[in-house]
Amino acid sequence: MKTLIRCKDVTLGYENMTVLEHVSFELNEGDYLCVVGENGAGKSTLIKCLAGLKRPSEGQIEFSPTISRSDVGYLPQQTAIQRDFPASVREVVMSGCLNHSRLIPFYTKADRQRAAAHMEELGITDLAGRSYRELSGGQQQRVLLARALCASEKLLMLDEPVTGLDPIVTSEIYGIIREVNRKYGMTVIMVSHDVRTAVRSANKILHLKHTVQFFGSTEEYLASSTGREFLGGQRENA
Amino acid sequence: MLEMFTYPFILRAFVVGTLVSLCSALLGVNLVLKRYSMIGDGLSHVAFSAMAVATVMNWAPLWVAIPVVIAASYVLLRLGANDRLSGDSAIALLSTGALAVGIFIISMKSGINTDINNYMFGSVLAISRSDVTLSVVLSLAVLALYVLFYNKIFAVTFDEPFAKATGVRADFYNMLIAVLTAVTIVLGMRMIGALLISSLIIFPAMSSMRVFKCFRNVVICSAAISVVCFLAGLIISYECSTPTGASVVLINIAVFAVFCAVAFFRGRIALNGADSDK
Repeated sequence: MKTLIRCKDVTLGYENMTVLEHVSFELNEGDYLCVVGENGAGKSTLIKCLAGLKRPSEGQIEFSPTISRSDVGYLPQQTAIQRDFPASVREVVMSGCLNHSRLIPFYTKADRQRAAAHMEELGITDLAGRSYRELSGGQQQRVLLARALCASEKLLMLDEPVTGLDPIVTSEIYGIIREVNRKYGMTVIMVSHDVRTAVRSANKILHLKHTVQFFGSTEEYLASSTGREFLGGQRENA
Repeated sequence: MLEMFTYPFILRAFVVGTLVSLCSALLGVNLVLKRYSMIGDGLSHVAFSAMAVATVMNWAPLWVAIPVVIAASYVLLRLGANDRLSGDSAIALLSTGALAVGIFIISMKSGINTDINNYMFGSVLAISRSDVTLSVVLSLAVLALYVLFYNKIFAVTFDEPFAKATGVRADFYNMLIAVLTAVTIVLGMRMIGALLISSLIIFPAMSSMRVFKCFRNVVICSAAISVVCFLAGLIISYECSTPTGASVVLINIAVFAVFCAVAFFRGRIALNGADSDK
């Protein structure tokens, strides 16, 4: 197992407010890490930082030399702009290929095949000509997931991928993510507030509450007091 | 009607206007979607102020205005990315501030009310012979760069965080959009008018977005609407001796109304179809 990402004593914040402090963890190739914690615990801030959208105010995030920025597939939270954006599903999925064809301004045949393969894989081939804004929430997430897979098959980062989706679609999306993790040996980092599903798929858990409450394997988490407390709390809420 | 093209100034307005309409329609789709509809307004006021300085100092207006407006455009797009100052208030600050500076400076030189009028509402006579070459070269460059980077511009407009995270140089492409917009505004504002140039950015994009649902079709339709509206506006302005800018905008309003109606009736038909399926 090779170490893919190493976070060393990272501190993150906005302006003069610190959101997260002293975050350290290591991730190996093929790991499926789920970042859990309550709202406002700094989960999304951390994944933005891993995705290179934010700089840590202190500490370092090291990527193994085997991967670069263009080996990252990312599924951000949806923005208001996308909700009424006129774009076909094919256009959105294809835009994931752009980080590979740096010198050629247009899409190549290989890009087209790649996009078609991932659309087939996610069962959205028949939606290719449809408008993105007219799709259901679950279909939109599949489209964005296909786009992320076009960008990379090595490392996938997801920020709350199932927000606002119904339980059936939620479990479908989780199923797809588990599948790509196994099939491609793809490293997955997922932010989720749904800890029970998280422990079912992930092999590592990072529990945040302004700092690291827990980091380790899922089995250890289930046995730890943090894990038992959080899982129990969620069960009562549900 | 064809005789109007025997006048050299109409011919110049026709060539430059068509190219600028194309550029503004293409960029307009991205700017409207990025929630920067009013950027044209802010930038044209900055251009007004830069041209006022150029007039007073006897410098060539285009050469002064283009770099200044490019800088302003970049600042505006950057400020929009900042949470502290939202995009619309940044544009409002810059737009009114620049207008005040421009009027202040131009008033120091007496007897240029006509100049102010021309800058504000546009004039078909504005394109001088010496401007044509520069305008044509610049607008062709804008078109070429837009087509060349079309896919990347789409990606950055649709989802900037994703583009950045996967290693697309989003900042560079934002800068590119800023530069292209600035050049288009400066080239277009003297004919259409500082107060009206925004409509060239907004109307074609909004009209085609009513009807088309995929990005490429929206862009192509927007370009077509823009060019057709400009030509119609130019002809009307020649035949009825109306200001060119206002005529072009009025045609754009009419087209927008038509496209809204098409979208509305298409929605009704789809709805009825769904009802009868039940």
